Amino acid sequence: MNIHEFQAKEILRRFGVAVPRGIVTSTPEEAKAAASELGGGVCVVKAQIHAGGRGKGGGVKVAKNAEEAAAKARDMLGKNLVTHQTGPEGRQVRRVLIEQGVNIDRELYVAMVLDRAQSRVTVICSSEGGVEIEEVAAKQPEKILKATIDPVIGLAPFQCRRLAVALGIPNELSGKMIAVMQGLYRAFDDCDASLAEINPLIITKEGQVMALDAKMNFDSNAFFRQKEILALRDLDEEDPREVEASKYDLSYISLDGNIACMVNGAGLAMATMDIIKLYGGEPANFLDVGGGADKEKVAQAFRILLADSRVRGVLINIFGGIMRCDVLAQGVVEAARELDVSVPLVVRMQGTNVEIGRKILADSGLAIIPAETMAEAAEKIVSAVRGKA
Amino acid sequence: MSILVNKHTRVLTQGITGATGQFHTKACKEYGTQMVAGVTPGKGGTSFEGIPIFETVERAIRETGANASVIYVPPPFAADAILESADAGIPLIICITEGVPIRDMVKVKRYLAGRSSRLLGPNCPGTITPSECKIGIMPGHIHKPGHIGVVSRSGTLTYEAVDQLTRLNMGQSTCVGIGGDPVHGFEFVDVLALFNSDPSTEAVVMIGEIGGSAEEEAAAWIKANMKKPVVGFIAGQTAPPGKRMGHAGAIISGGKGTAKEKITAMTSAGIRMASSPATIGRTMQEALAR
Repeated sequence: MNIHEFQAKEILRRFGVAVPRGIVTSTPEEAKAAASELGGGVCVVKAQIHAGGRGKGGGVKVAKNAEEAAAKARDMLGKNLVTHQTGPEGRQVRRVLIEQGVNIDRELYVAMVLDRAQSRVTVICSSEGGVEIEEVAAKQPEKILKATIDPVIGLAPFQCRRLAVALGIPNELSGKMIAVMQGLYRAFDDCDASLAEINPLIITKEGQVMALDAKMNFDSNAFFRQKEILALRDLDEEDPREVEASKYDLSYISLDGNIACMVNGAGLAMATMDIIKLYGGEPANFLDVGGGADKEKVAQAFRILLADSRVRGVLINIFGGIMRCDVLAQGVVEAARELDVSVPLVVRMQGTNVEIGRKILADSGLAIIPAETMAEAAEKIVSAVRGKA
Repeated sequence: MSILVNKHTRVLTQGITGATGQFHTKACKEYGTQMVAGVTPGKGGTSFEGIPIFETVERAIRETGANASVIYVPPPFAADAILESADAGIPLIICITEGVPIRDMVKVKRYLAGRSSRLLGPNCPGTITPSECKIGIMPGHIHKPGHIGVVSRSGTLTYEAVDQLTRLNMGQSTCVGIGGDPVHGFEFVDVLALFNSDPSTEAVVMIGEIGGSAEEEAAAWIKANMKKPVVGFIAGQTAPPGKRMGHAGAIISGGKGTAKEKITAMTSAGIRMASSPATIGRTMQEALAR
């Protein structure tokens, strides 16, 4: 799960990381009042959406005074901001963060990520802040510094000091730098984050070390113990079908094609998307109904698939292990009756109780196209959709 | 012969009184697995399907001689269950539970370092040596004893592959699901090494998916060490970047972990890649015919 910049900064502040003074607002009037409260001088107006590249997209503007802050906020609020991460339609800006201007001397990069190969959290730093870290990694790999964190020890002061020296931080600022790194790690660890990134981390002309931007992602497996983090979820930033699916504990990802698919298990669901493409079709989604899905869950999944107006055909691929094919068939038949399916529907089932399941589908009187293998299923749905187009 | 488990394996279920634990303990017992003990705190002294239940793993081992543990406890308690089994010195710990926080697993892996216990999972289907021992949630009836080793990050996609093998009359020595989480126990490399030195395994099917670099590491290992033919498949060739595809570990981030990179690495290591999930069995047939 992602959160907004202003939320991430609030978390970092609680863990002792300095951030510029700022106020989040949702109208030009509030923006003006906020700018005045911050002193009425130079401030920055920052669009709050869950996507990077806001600066290049016109979502970060400097204002000389409160009047100008209100005008810049008016330009952004309610509009769709397009960045390289949003797709061509962009994301609607519902809030802007008004932040006090700062005198930047240097821009650095610092982040905590999971290193999967080592099963440890790693701190990544660079003297090249303010640009995308992937770009630095590609062009100047020697500028990327790393240290692996032992979960029992935490991020040790000596590790931070070594990184600070390598980054060329003046000795008198070393203490502040160490505080930022350790605060960032504690925030990452305490909140069950999967990413915590400060880019840029700035050194001001006055000798402050602060987070000018902040990004945090969280491990959704830990939400049972992270109620405060979960409360920061912004449903406006998520695909409405993905939100609907998550209510029923269905794993759904919206894609660009027109063949919807429903599968049990994540690996098989990905493989089903792949085979649709292999036969010349385009998958409309990823949908894993899970191992132990019941009739209601299957019916709900079916509703979500068909609610997508781009869908021209549906492929259901189930390998019944724990999940029984008869249960699946009942769910499909019920939902298909209720929803009056007008697109071709191919069902491929294998595994537990497959014969009973096939009989339920055949006896339903519905126009269901049966398939024995994955390849046959993919071929049939692609040609059925083509025939209609 | 086989790897990890066989007819002598004595299995303990942690979380035996929950719905999932009950269902699969019963199914594994019916398959023929020696299910010798259960552990559920608060239920010690009772029994399930004739299997005695204990308060602690340490006690269960002492009383029953269990040498493998399977975990079905809910995510908040799964890490503690693994630690308890590792502390008791159980050689093989299999964690089926899906949804264990990554932070817990980072600590668990740190704890396991230097200990004799080995962990499979979490978020995995388990492992099976057909007709001898099934530990986990896979449907037993699709398997058949034989000489193909199977290792995979997926559950149902593995069943699909096994089903293809069985229909083509290629039985399996052992099938191992290493799980879909970013931090887990057994890696591809660990399982491949076991298959490589198992006399009854003649060839291996390896099924990977997007995210991380475990397939690339496995490819490098195979190139340097593997003496047996390997057939591969990677799921998620059409997956978009930045989206978690069901499994917590199945995500392309920062342009890394794409199917294309993995397929390239595996192909150049001499692995015969199935271009479609429907041709994994046939690809193995071709590999063996050479």
